[in-house]
Amino acid sequence: MDYSQFLSMQAELSLLAVIIVLFVADLFMSADNKGGKGVYNTPLPVALLALHTLFLLYSLCPQSGSCHHALSAGSAFGGMFLSTPMTTIVKLTLNLGTLIVFLMAHRWLSREENLVKQGEFYIITLFTLLGMYFMMSSGHFLMFFIGLELASVPISALVAFDKYRYESAEAAAKFILLALFSASLLLYGVSLIYGCSGSLYFADISRFFPSVDALFLLGVAFFVAGMGFKLSLVPFHLWTADTYQGAPTVVTAHLSVLSKGAAAFTLLSILIHFSFNEIIFQAWNEVFVWLIIASITVGNLFAIRQRNLKRFMAFSAISQAGYLILPILGGTAQGMSSMVYYLIVYTVANLGAFAVINTIEQHSGKLLIDDYNGLYRTNPKLSFLLTLCLFSLAGIPPFAGFFSKFFVFMAAFSAGWHWVVLVALINTVISLYYYLLIVKAMYILPSETPISPFRSDRYTRAALFICLAGVILLGLVGSLYTYIDTFSFGV
Amino acid sequence: MNFLSIFVLIPLLMLLGLWAARNLNQVRGVMVTGSTALLALSVYLVFAFLDARSLDPQSEMLFVKSIEWFPPLHITYTVGVDGISVAMLLLSAVIVFTGTFASWQLRPLTKEYFLWFTLLSMGVFGFFITIDMFAMFMFYEIALIPMYLLIGVWGSGRKEYSAMKLTLMLMGGSAFLMCGIFGIFYGAGGQTMNIIDIANQTGGAHAIDGNWQMLWFPMTFVGFGILGALFPFHTWSPDGHASAPTAVSMLHAGVLMKLGGYGCFRIAMYLLPEAANELSWIFLILTGISVVYGAFSACVQTDLKYINAYSSVSHCGLVLFAICMATETASVGAILQMLSHGLMTALFFALIGFIYGRTHTRDIRELAGLMKIMPFLAVCYVIAGLANLGLPGLSGFVAEMTIFVGSFENPGTFYTAMTVIACTSIVITAVYILRLVGKILYGTPTNPHHLQLTDATWDERFSVICLILAVAGLGLAPFWVSDMIQTGVHPVIEQLQAAGSLFDSHSNPFL
Repeated sequence: MDYSQFLSMQAELSLLAVIIVLFVADLFMSADNKGGKGVYNTPLPVALLALHTLFLLYSLCPQSGSCHHALSAGSAFGGMFLSTPMTTIVKLTLNLGTLIVFLMAHRWLSREENLVKQGEFYIITLFTLLGMYFMMSSGHFLMFFIGLELASVPISALVAFDKYRYESAEAAAKFILLALFSASLLLYGVSLIYGCSGSLYFADISRFFPSVDALFLLGVAFFVAGMGFKLSLVPFHLWTADTYQGAPTVVTAHLSVLSKGAAAFTLLSILIHFSFNEIIFQAWNEVFVWLIIASITVGNLFAIRQRNLKRFMAFSAISQAGYLILPILGGTAQGMSSMVYYLIVYTVANLGAFAVINTIEQHSGKLLIDDYNGLYRTNPKLSFLLTLCLFSLAGIPPFAGFFSKFFVFMAAFSAGWHWVVLVALINTVISLYYYLLIVKAMYILPSETPISPFRSDRYTRAALFICLAGVILLGLVGSLYTYIDTFSFGV
Repeated sequence: MNFLSIFVLIPLLMLLGLWAARNLNQVRGVMVTGSTALLALSVYLVFAFLDARSLDPQSEMLFVKSIEWFPPLHITYTVGVDGISVAMLLLSAVIVFTGTFASWQLRPLTKEYFLWFTLLSMGVFGFFITIDMFAMFMFYEIALIPMYLLIGVWGSGRKEYSAMKLTLMLMGGSAFLMCGIFGIFYGAGGQTMNIIDIANQTGGAHAIDGNWQMLWFPMTFVGFGILGALFPFHTWSPDGHASAPTAVSMLHAGVLMKLGGYGCFRIAMYLLPEAANELSWIFLILTGISVVYGAFSACVQTDLKYINAYSSVSHCGLVLFAICMATETASVGAILQMLSHGLMTALFFALIGFIYGRTHTRDIRELAGLMKIMPFLAVCYVIAGLANLGLPGLSGFVAEMTIFVGSFENPGTFYTAMTVIACTSIVITAVYILRLVGKILYGTPTNPHHLQLTDATWDERFSVICLILAVAGLGLAPFWVSDMIQTGVHPVIEQLQAAGSLFDSHSNPFL
């Protein structure tokens, strides 16, 4: 066996190293926490993950002589595992997202009932990250499925993390049942695809497949349905609101950004493998047009009526998922860069909003939009940050969300889907309405019992700082998009 | 770094300064310094532009400077000005300057108010200096969103409803606009976002297919037209103006609504000339309705701000009306009308704000005899009213005259009839203005509480006098402005004429 193949798996190996170090540290360090304060706390996992992120970042630098593996597309194990610069960029984004989630989680994990299991939280979260890595780098359906399961099964443990809370357990049950159901649908679809084409390698399927028949399209349909669950696209979104509401807020943040982003990117990478076959490509596009329009519209319309912020963010995330996969239409290189760019911007903006929601929940226990009335008078900085993040999500300049939305629309438009772009654009106005409802609560509506002023912990402030910097700078500084674009179609 | 970018840089520095400001005096200091600097810069720009124009009469845009922004998408940050944008920059600087003084007494949350106010003006200035469609659109949206909080937090009356309605309608417009911009960009080959390149078919752009133009023109025109109070999308304007605080009404009617007219002219008419010739009759009818309907609506209102808001609908309708007429004189008139309307509406809203601040009512049935109580404000109100109804010597006359003369240049019964219909608005304007002036300023005061009220304070007088000087200046010496504007209008009209004429329109049933 050629062990140099492992060199193209640098990201996975270094993440595995982080997990093992954390695991060992957990065994030896956290045994003694009589004082109510764990011996090992947030700094260690954050530092390790940051180190891992820096390592990935370093490997993306074109100058560094020895680290060309990340820049050049490499494959390992006979094409089961593919590594490209673009996947490395997405992995980096997910890393950054996980880092922000860790920073947010500090106060929640320091609670009495969570202190003993904080090690588990970090390790489980990192395992889902590892699963996403494998899923994105897969060149074969088997590898893809292993990654998918590794990414989704541990999440149900995270959703049930507040196990003494009734809603948390309920949310986890809903999540795991539907995740397994969707996984089995997906597997059935994959088996049909295999039956038609005789191969599980993405690259081979379109190459060897002479013509399209109904069975194959059925397989593709099952596959898309399975992925639709992951992405919470309408009509596969029914688990989303309940799970988001029941899960601990930190986990909701993780769910709404990371697993969604990984699934969207994987979907596009697979579509691009298939796009050599004109007929599959057409059928796939037709399906996605309706999925996208349904997700954006239904997500928006349901979000308007929500009173609970986590449910609200759930429907907002459904509609954002629609925007995220909008550039899938046409499967162009421009679409890929704009999707990755959208994902990066969405990560910082959505996690920033969740960081504010989480810190307010941890300090005051309030989660309803009405509770936010008059927040600006008592906590001006937090409400200002939340406003910026919501504006970014709604696509208001000069925040990054405007740029990412513009580019996503531009990609779909250049692929010829003019009317879909128009529908999506009109939907942005609806989404602006409900984002403004929260802004209105914070700035305009008075309150008898406002949330009292408090100072959030320094980890949350660090997370908010990262998000704020991202929301302001990612758009105005144009070089990020240009950099991403140089690697587009490296799949 | 081109010196035009300083127009964006100054508001940016002001934002940072406001962020750091600790007390009210520091906030005011930052605002006065910044807005004075902007005013000085725009005056300097006028002279620099006139100098440069006399040396280089050929190129459409002067002081052009381009920086790559998103090279893969052909997006650049390109600045450049012509006569029209110089005039608009000057107008914006005057309004921002006077608006600062008009909100001198504003409480509470003064710092936050000025933060959003400055962000809004940054969008406005950025919009007028850039000639890249993406950058223009970005600045356009930057100018729109602060309005929500400015009205929602510091407004009066049904402020939440008005703020939401205004924001959503304008954002709906920009949704269509974005689609139109994509259409123009990809229609012209997807190689450049630069307006001048697309119009001249340089830099990789080619002519936009005529059939596609028919699709993108209405989207772009309506997108910008909503901000220019195009009938039937004008309904945000009266509610928004009525609820907004004084300086925000000034800035909104004075500058923001001009973004619409400017955009219609600069993007819709300039880049889609074939469709403009073919379809402008539809918009001529819609804007004709705006002009007359706005004026009639103003007659029946009882709230001072609603009267002025409907009057704005009528006058801004005239801007778009003149743009649709597509003659050089009418277009010069349209730009002059933007300037004139911007100044006098700002003056009007400032005065209404000051009166409301004292009497706490804007209902004209409860106001009478203000001339005795606050003579300074009342006299200024009369001047503003006279400018509004087009008294010679003030700015309104010059602008409306030019528009109607230019519109009559178009032969054909349809165009003549439309011009005559629009002309009637002058009479209706006189009706509501004179009725209003007679009702609230003259006669005897009915409310005894009003007798104790005081006249304007120094900051109010200062902002009002600045505006009156500008209105009178534009009315007495219009030629240096109109000459400057003419150089900017000329290429657009040439473009329209090269693509055919209004009389080639096959879809117009009235021809």
